[in-house]
Amino acid sequence: MRNEDGARAAAAAGEPDRAEVPGLAADLASASEYRPPSAAAPDSASTPDSASVPEAEGESGDRAVEPVAPVPLAARARLRPALGAVYRAQLSRARVARIPLLFVATFQSLGIMVLMRGVVDGGAEARAVVSGASVLVVAFVALNLLAQYFGRLRADGGLDHYATLPVPPAAVVLGTAAAYASFTVPGVVVTAVAGGVLFQLPLAGLWVLAAVIPLAGAALAGLGAALGLLAPKPELATLCGQLGMSAALLLGVLPGGALPVPVRWVRELLPSTYGVEALDRAFEARPQWGEAALDLGVCAAVGLVSLAAAAWAYRRAAVR
Amino acid sequence: MSTGTTRTGSSGSGSARPDGARAPAAREAAETPGVPGAPAAQAGPTAAAVPEPEPGAPPAVRLTGLVKTYPATRARRGSPGAPPVRACDGVDLEVRGGEVFGLLGPNGAGKSTLVRQLTGLSRPDSGGVEVLGHDLLRHPDRAARLLAYLGQESSALDELTVSLAAETTGRLRGLDVRAARRERDAVLDELGLAPLAGRAVKRLSGGQRRLACVAAALVGERPLLVLDEPTTGMDPVARRAVWAAVDRRRREHGATVVLVTHNVIEAELVLDRVAVLDSGRIIACDTPGGLKTATVGDGVRLELVWRDRAPLDVPEVAALARQAAVAGRRWTLRLGQDAARRAVTAVTDGPAFAALDDFSLSTPSLEDVYLALGGRGEGLVRS
Repeated sequence: MRNEDGARAAAAAGEPDRAEVPGLAADLASASEYRPPSAAAPDSASTPDSASVPEAEGESGDRAVEPVAPVPLAARARLRPALGAVYRAQLSRARVARIPLLFVATFQSLGIMVLMRGVVDGGAEARAVVSGASVLVVAFVALNLLAQYFGRLRADGGLDHYATLPVPPAAVVLGTAAAYASFTVPGVVVTAVAGGVLFQLPLAGLWVLAAVIPLAGAALAGLGAALGLLAPKPELATLCGQLGMSAALLLGVLPGGALPVPVRWVRELLPSTYGVEALDRAFEARPQWGEAALDLGVCAAVGLVSLAAAAWAYRRAAVR
Repeated sequence: MSTGTTRTGSSGSGSARPDGARAPAAREAAETPGVPGAPAAQAGPTAAAVPEPEPGAPPAVRLTGLVKTYPATRARRGSPGAPPVRACDGVDLEVRGGEVFGLLGPNGAGKSTLVRQLTGLSRPDSGGVEVLGHDLLRHPDRAARLLAYLGQESSALDELTVSLAAETTGRLRGLDVRAARRERDAVLDELGLAPLAGRAVKRLSGGQRRLACVAAALVGERPLLVLDEPTTGMDPVARRAVWAAVDRRRREHGATVVLVTHNVIEAELVLDRVAVLDSGRIIACDTPGGLKTATVGDGVRLELVWRDRAPLDVPEVAALARQAAVAGRRWTLRLGQDAARRAVTAVTDGPAFAALDDFSLSTPSLEDVYLALGGRGEGLVRS
């Protein structure tokens, strides 16, 4: 019943206009053809390359004298291959330029754990230290370094390169974020295993890292990318990235229960916290996987929102 | 026209061209009724009539009434504020299919602003941008599917190897892996970059880095190439490779090329037509030869450098003095061919020659055109 009504309403509202006013119909057709690339991105992945067909519409009104046949458009880069290409390029770039930084990130976390070894002796506190230090590696690379990267790229005009290629913004943002996140894998694994050994925690649950790294990585990298692309100046992007990482350090490593209430709220707001909590549960003798899954769900949701925000920010930054 | 004799300090440097070169040229153009460019020269930097494209050659690019103003910046501590800048001031332009079209002008003339609007990187305040039959203001996302753009920055490619930079750009231009690799290899060979394929772009010299960026821009065929100062910093071999590669694309695929340059020599060599920009306006647009004929006629430029001071007691020299743009010891004269011959005879004889340090006689260049049209003339490169 409702469907019929809808169809009738559409026929009453839309169709006659289209039939009677060809110019408007063309406008409508072109308006529906044009989608903001952030919205078009997933779609363009699923459509095969219909792009070689000229997407011309009848906008010949002011050009009756000299009609110019629109040249066929080249194919768009589809989401998945483009994402793959960006990922591969970024990873190769990371291999050259970021390895020293990965060492810094890992040694920083190892150092924190060694320091805390003197203060903490096992139990919940030890779990918090190890999982906080492990996720800190992700925060350092995905949040801090990515914010810096995009901030710089935006400031010095490097975004022009991507903006003049027919690539969905999501591919650039996701590919870069994924490359940064995967780059943290060795550091996180080393930190988690070393921490587990240092504090004599059970290592059997560490397989959960396979979910923690990509999901915490998505959340933090999305945040980093959005910060880098939204900050009006690259210095500000760097500052925000650093602050975010410091927050992840302090609020991640210290167990939540001991903190004053306002600080605990801040801790709840930080997406890295949920990665830390999930990993924390994996170190328990009898892990509660349901709770861990819930934590990781929060990471995934934050990741989704922040990556979408970053893709939007990219589009905004690309056209000035 | 009163700026002819400023900047006396430039007399010491041999290569610096005095601003004054403009004055006699304009004067001669004004005195010659038959010269078609004379009104433009008299009118100074006002919008000149852009030649209509030949019928049958559909425009590849059509810009109509483009206006772009950058907003004023507020003064902050340490940096004074700046008034709003009209970087693009009512530009109308048509580029024909298959031609190499140049935008010539000094730094800050609005060349890059213009191509940024053409490539969809920047939206004009008003006006129209149409590329190969597509309205890019209505469909900005189509720009990337019609044209390849080489910007001035390489930071997106800096940390990749030359090979990966070209391949990735090809992939992002919609090629599949095999096509991207095939084109990458072809372009690297064509530009002579194959020996550097494995090096990171960042580690190359300035000219090589630029060449790597050109390679990335050329992977994945596009009917329109928009190149912003592609050969900056390149050695002659690399330049020749770039022009050969660009020309091949034009010859074999009918590609149209829009080129930004501030190098007048290069502009004369490679461009079919050139638009001269000054302060956001097009002050002339024609073939390099046509512009020269229209604005500076068939005259030649005579430069005289005196040892100490000009021997004004020689009557011929005194006569020349009235026509010369004087910058210290250096005189620049725009003369007809006969007058130039007589002037050379006069100054290479007797007391005048004794006072003469150096002289040169040259045919007009695009720089003369630029100056004759009222351009400011600073920042043009001649090499």
